[in-house]
Amino acid sequence: MAQVIGQPIDRIDGRAKVTGTAAYAADNRAERMAFGSIVTATIARGRVAGIDANAARRMPGVLLVMTHENAPKQAPFQAKADDRHARPKPQLADDKVQYFGQPVALVVAETAETARAAASAIVVTYEKADGAFVLESASGAAYNPGKGPTGAPADSKLGDFDKAFAAAAVKIDAIYKTPYQSHAMMEPHASLASWQDGKLTVTSSLQLVESAHKSIADTLKLEPDKVEVISEYVGGGFGGKLPVYGDAILAALAARELNRPVRVALTRQQMFHVTTHRPASIQRVRLGAERDGTLTAITHQSLAQSARADEFAEPIVFSTRSLYAAPNRMTSQRIAALDLPVADSMRAPGEAIGLLAVEQAMDELAVRLDMDPIELRLKNEPKEDPEKKVPFSTRALVPCLTEGAKRFGWDKRNARPGQVRDGNWLVGMGVAAAIRGNFLREAEARVTMESEHHAVVEMDMTDIGTGSYTVFAQIAAELLDLPVENIKVKLGHSSYPDTPGSGGSFGASSCGAALHDACTKLKAKLQKGEGAQGLSATGSVKPGDEYKKYSQYAYGAHFAELGVDQTTGEVRLRRMLGVFAAGRILNAKTAHSQLIGGMIWGVGSALEEETVLDPRMGAFVTQDLVHYHVPVHADVPQVEAVLLDEFDPHANVLGSKGVGELGICGAGAAVANAVYNACGARVRDYPITLDKVLPALTRRQG
Amino acid sequence: MRAFTYERPDNVAAAMQAAIQPGASFIAGGTNLLDLMKIDVEQPTHLVDISRLPLREVTETPDGGLRIGALVSNTDLAADQRVRQRYPVLAMALLNGASGQLRNQATTAGNLLQRTRCPYFYDVAMPCNKRQPGSGCSALTGFNRMHAILGASQACIAVHPSDMAVAMAALHAEIELQTPAGLSRKMPIAELHRLPGQNPERDTTLARGELITAVILPPPPAGRQTYRKVRDRASFAFALVSVAAIVDAGGGKIRDARLALGGVAHKPWVPKEAERELAGAPAEAGSYEAAARSALREAQTYTHNEFKVPLAERLLARTLGELATGG
Repeated sequence: MAQVIGQPIDRIDGRAKVTGTAAYAADNRAERMAFGSIVTATIARGRVAGIDANAARRMPGVLLVMTHENAPKQAPFQAKADDRHARPKPQLADDKVQYFGQPVALVVAETAETARAAASAIVVTYEKADGAFVLESASGAAYNPGKGPTGAPADSKLGDFDKAFAAAAVKIDAIYKTPYQSHAMMEPHASLASWQDGKLTVTSSLQLVESAHKSIADTLKLEPDKVEVISEYVGGGFGGKLPVYGDAILAALAARELNRPVRVALTRQQMFHVTTHRPASIQRVRLGAERDGTLTAITHQSLAQSARADEFAEPIVFSTRSLYAAPNRMTSQRIAALDLPVADSMRAPGEAIGLLAVEQAMDELAVRLDMDPIELRLKNEPKEDPEKKVPFSTRALVPCLTEGAKRFGWDKRNARPGQVRDGNWLVGMGVAAAIRGNFLREAEARVTMESEHHAVVEMDMTDIGTGSYTVFAQIAAELLDLPVENIKVKLGHSSYPDTPGSGGSFGASSCGAALHDACTKLKAKLQKGEGAQGLSATGSVKPGDEYKKYSQYAYGAHFAELGVDQTTGEVRLRRMLGVFAAGRILNAKTAHSQLIGGMIWGVGSALEEETVLDPRMGAFVTQDLVHYHVPVHADVPQVEAVLLDEFDPHANVLGSKGVGELGICGAGAAVANAVYNACGARVRDYPITLDKVLPALTRRQG
Repeated sequence: MRAFTYERPDNVAAAMQAAIQPGASFIAGGTNLLDLMKIDVEQPTHLVDISRLPLREVTETPDGGLRIGALVSNTDLAADQRVRQRYPVLAMALLNGASGQLRNQATTAGNLLQRTRCPYFYDVAMPCNKRQPGSGCSALTGFNRMHAILGASQACIAVHPSDMAVAMAALHAEIELQTPAGLSRKMPIAELHRLPGQNPERDTTLARGELITAVILPPPPAGRQTYRKVRDRASFAFALVSVAAIVDAGGGKIRDARLALGGVAHKPWVPKEAERELAGAPAEAGSYEAAARSALREAQTYTHNEFKVPLAERLLARTLGELATGG
């Protein structure tokens, strides 16, 4: 059996994508298709008092104006459910406005341009109510959400933190803030809905086809077999396409009403309010240590925004429970309900922003101890999970740090800030640890021999740009001993076997393990000598005790070198290295691509990204990519990711862990720490824009 | 986007004629106008596409300057050998603007006439005196990190976003226009853009139907030139503060300094007092710092843009030093 799994082969869907033949949601066409445009609320809280759509209705080509006054009845919203993304998502259900940008009307017309013009012509009047919009002022209303999205409790406690912290020889007690962030994926959300013989087909841009299928069917009160959801190509999701939004539901409702296919696409501007975002957070980290750097006390407390319209508890502190050894510990997670758009998962929910705080705090502690920050981390390496008190399935933080230090030239770093100059640039280096929970979800896969030498894999899994199509082809090719090009991978149809979809870095491992099972079963059938053609097997996977008996994480270490302009405070990355261990790697090329993508995002969240809130209006003012900055090519001179060999026998049959989120975890903290090393500016309020660096530079120069 | 009619005349006279009808707007590269039409900020009913007019040449003027046709693309202008050699400040400013794709499409006159990027101007749900006179300025007490510190008014604190225009202001360029009556006239670039005052809806002093046909650069000034833009990322971001500077120094003295600041006002900001102070001043740090302070003396800041004052001062002082001493 040739080794195919892990090979850095090109994406099998690459050609279709670069030649424009891969149809993304809004690329799909249907006969007699009409176009919908969503009208959104311009107040943050209150009710719709009136809608004057007369001008819009009179415009030639306008087919339908749907508002809460004439929207078909749908299933009610559910605050809680086991799968939050499978809940009904009723649209235009009543006159209530719960956040700025909430859909309040849909216009459908013969052309997209007419629909948009008519949407602009609709005049909505409101009765405005007061709302709460500012996280800092809402701390009094903060509450314990009970548990986070992964089911872990919001609070944890071990030993006597207060006593240990009071007695600690060296202490850090700091507040860190992270801003609202938006997914800003390349492909904005869109859906095409059509009905035939009472059956609804929705082609959309989704991460979780199974959840969306249930959400859409339940919203419209349809039997599951009367709905097909299709999402074959997704231009980035990052968590922003976990839920179903108004585009899908309103397209389905309008298509039924008009008896013709309807496409509804969100504009780039609408993405910022209609869809979800990463909540802002305020985090307090306290570290107590002995003079030799041994941690005696750790606390990490978080407060994050949640929408009053729909609760979400960003699991900011969870990985802190497993990161470093210390006998006395406490973590707590609080959220405050604000009248803002809905917060939800965004790439590495929890770690992505939690580590911006904890890993900067560790750097601050290293400075105070006058100790190398890598040495400090090595010193506090736990032998088992310090809170769960179970062994780690694998734990590679130490090799990631030491290998990275060697490759990066960490020994050349000057620990004193402001000492290394290159012309007008002050140059600094920073390091941070990466940790990201590893999960396995229930999944099914089917593999069928189309001919003696060709197989087809079917799952309702999605490929959101991660390389799912390719890694599944590799798994099937290796197990069935067929060339990769003889494997056809079909994803993204709700009629295919159920999977958890793409999210939480569990997709490739869960689906891959199910596929492994299917292929193994198929192979057994083939070996019985049955004729190959048409032979089929279904495999599955369920998370077992291994996830209780072992603490399962993927790890890494980030190293950043950057320059700070000593006149202007501009921060520019020079080079970055990430060393990671994430179990067995399924495709070295797509994994590398995911990791450097995450690292670049980490750079963006450290230096650039912020969805700015206007607290007077309860609205985000950054509503396009002019104002919402993500890194551009010129910001990313040299970013390298190295993967250490690993096989996690406790993760799943493939030994693999997710890599989709690991790259962002801790990356921004390495950048923040490098800013400090370069110029002495300790910025705890992300993003680290030059206005926050300047004061340290003016102080330096007197 | 609202419905509109469209025509594409092939000579200037026809274009001027076409633009007379109410609701008409010229369009060239469309890199800003089309965006604004999609989000309903601009609502022209008739577009006069001037992209085929014969205004794409860069030619030498008899006195040794350059005449830049209104439709010369930002890419072509930045790559023009004469611009690169004689007016490096302009080439640098152009290359600091937008992205390669946008510069291919954007024209010289269109760059001058682009609208502010104030986020409130771009959201029709929010008050904005520039978009809807009398509705109020959302930025004044809102998010104003990118906004003006010089020459603003209570009605508007937006900034002009162009880099190119800042370099042209330092170069004392002239704008050549056609009036609807068929006349040609010129004005200094300093008179093209306005301060907001009580009428922020008017970005420029152009009268209705007037068409910019060219930008004329006087002969290259003596001295060294540079353009330095400070922004939130390495490329494809608008200036927080930028400086176009031309400094003629020698023998330990500054003979002449021409300066313009971007990202600080409703127009490219020429700090005249600072220029006057620098003329004849010793080429030393004290002169640069004094000039920088003087340039920002009238600055007024808002909640989020206080940092622009020290930033502009530091940037200006350093730039002057680099140009005057060859550092």
